[in-house]
Amino acid sequence: MSQSLRHKSPAAPPRTRSPRITWRTLLAAKGAAFTMPFAIGFVILFILPIIYAVVQSLYAVKSSGLGLSGNQTVFVGLDNFVAAATDLRFWESMGRVAVFACIQVPIKLAVSLLLALGLDYLKGRVVAGLRIGLLVPYMIPGIVGTLVWIYLYSPDIGPLTEFGKFFSLDWNFLSEAMMWPSIGNLLTWDSIGFNMLIIYASLQAISPELFEAARLDGASEARIAFSIKVPFVRAALVLTGMLSIIGLLQIFAEPLLFRSFVPEVVTKDYTPTLMIFNQAFDANNYNYAAALSLIFAAVIATVSYLYYKFTNKPEA
Amino acid sequence: MSTTNPVAGAAPTDSAPQDDAGVPVVALPAQETSGTSSKDKRRAKRRESLARRGLPVGAGQSKTTQLLVLAGMGLAVIYSAGPIWWLIVASTKGQSDLYASTGFESLWFAEFNLWENLQQIFIYDDGYYLRWMLNSVLYAGVGSFVAMLISLAAGYGLARYEFWGKKAVFGAVVASFLLPSALLTIPLYLQFSSWGLVGTPWAVLIPSFISPFSVYLAKVYIEGAIPPELLEAARIDGAGEVRIFFQVVMRLMTTGAATIFLLAFVGNWNSFFTPLTMLGTAGKENWPLALGLYAWSGKRTLAGETIDGTSMLILGSLLAIIPLAIFMIAMQRFWKTGVTLGAVK
Repeated sequence: MSQSLRHKSPAAPPRTRSPRITWRTLLAAKGAAFTMPFAIGFVILFILPIIYAVVQSLYAVKSSGLGLSGNQTVFVGLDNFVAAATDLRFWESMGRVAVFACIQVPIKLAVSLLLALGLDYLKGRVVAGLRIGLLVPYMIPGIVGTLVWIYLYSPDIGPLTEFGKFFSLDWNFLSEAMMWPSIGNLLTWDSIGFNMLIIYASLQAISPELFEAARLDGASEARIAFSIKVPFVRAALVLTGMLSIIGLLQIFAEPLLFRSFVPEVVTKDYTPTLMIFNQAFDANNYNYAAALSLIFAAVIATVSYLYYKFTNKPEA
Repeated sequence: MSTTNPVAGAAPTDSAPQDDAGVPVVALPAQETSGTSSKDKRRAKRRESLARRGLPVGAGQSKTTQLLVLAGMGLAVIYSAGPIWWLIVASTKGQSDLYASTGFESLWFAEFNLWENLQQIFIYDDGYYLRWMLNSVLYAGVGSFVAMLISLAAGYGLARYEFWGKKAVFGAVVASFLLPSALLTIPLYLQFSSWGLVGTPWAVLIPSFISPFSVYLAKVYIEGAIPPELLEAARIDGAGEVRIFFQVVMRLMTTGAATIFLLAFVGNWNSFFTPLTMLGTAGKENWPLALGLYAWSGKRTLAGETIDGTSMLILGSLLAIIPLAIFMIAMQRFWKTGVTLGAVK
């Protein structure tokens, strides 16, 4: 892939107009020139790091026999990948985020869809107010949202533990069993507003005559919602779902913040990105981190491909 | 101006179905259709019953359902905005009240300590807070502005020219959405480290200049907003390609450009992995807010003696919302474009 990308933008031909260069070629070169700043940046910030990661993943730092002459970088072939393939910590972290994504993404999308349908059903003046209220989390910086929820969960200063006691529920949101539900709730809170807005925007594109006809045929509002509105916004849901899954598999900032409050629950290998980060900057093993991140990229690409295949099936 | 804008901007679409529905209120008397099929009869009956209730034909909504939906939406709003209410209340409390009030008490004010907290936050931790906020504004503002210019040019090239390798560039743009940030950022850290950029603002700014998602948005937007005929006409009039870009395309692209800037700004403001990698181990003076708050969160147990870390972190979180909220409220008429762009493709 990287090879073809490196050739993607032809160098602009020399400025002197030789008679051979047609007007069309010149125009093409000018068009390519507009794309050039991005293409150059893309090569430096995307292509070269991937190549660098591939090269690094094939080496390892080994301490020489006596341990006095320091460390040497030696070529080890696929050793890092073999080690990664059998590294339980890595696959456990992968399993955690995979299960999490499979549960959280459908819930989040379902809630967003329900809210969008609700907003579409109500219409009128109240909609604008509700929409602003629901978009509050989108205006909150991600890290602030996470901190606020950590404090709400916290038994020391947050209200939720006491609320639980009020309903005679003895829950601890920061315990091991509750960690993923706690993070899941935080992410749902963070994104339903914006997702709702995307779905609502596609709902607005449906021609009102369609509803009119359905109502005259005696369809109930619920029937209209599930037989007309939901199929209509399916494309938006599929795309949002895909981007959410890719984002969730990479989840990093939220577990890292939880980790600074409950390090005994959120371990340093809690999610794949957390593990890769700690391999690189805690253990200083860049070579192993590179191999892990390449495997991780391959997993994400596979998941996206399968998701695309699965959701693009025409419905029977 | 800004507060009423989303309402005004959205009003035509919101009320359109109602207006349409309001027209055919004239209900047919049932007997006129008595000879026709049962389906027609059902329709007529329904029209009549709706008309009797004084409702337009389109509004087949019972009051109870409407109230239920409204109640559900109200709960959702409480869920969305409630945590921020807690944050506002908590940031007005002194540290003893913060720990003394749990449960329902934590949702209401105790002794009003906001001014003292505010005075403290600007001296706490060597007074870096304001600096971090300015850094965040700088990184998000400059980074998004440059990214917007580069993306508009790239999107324009991809949308309105034919050149060799164009498909590959666009393919790379879309493929890059799938790349995990860890795969890119760690090798980039090593590269930047050897170039001496790590720890400087450039280490955060340069990666934010290249945004494949912005290029994608720019291409989609230009395809819809700039007719090729217009470019042809400008060329026939003798305008050069660069002049066409700056004087024709950019002027028609104001909304699209603002939307791209808005989304990039929000993304950069929230960005955490790149600043942590590039600046985390370096001096505090170049940190953005997200890193500063993260560092404070780790300190919670240490800051026992003079100043309580928790109340600083809570107030710091509240203040961190303000610049982004102001920016988003000022730019809110561009959300709609962004959302529609995102939804179409």
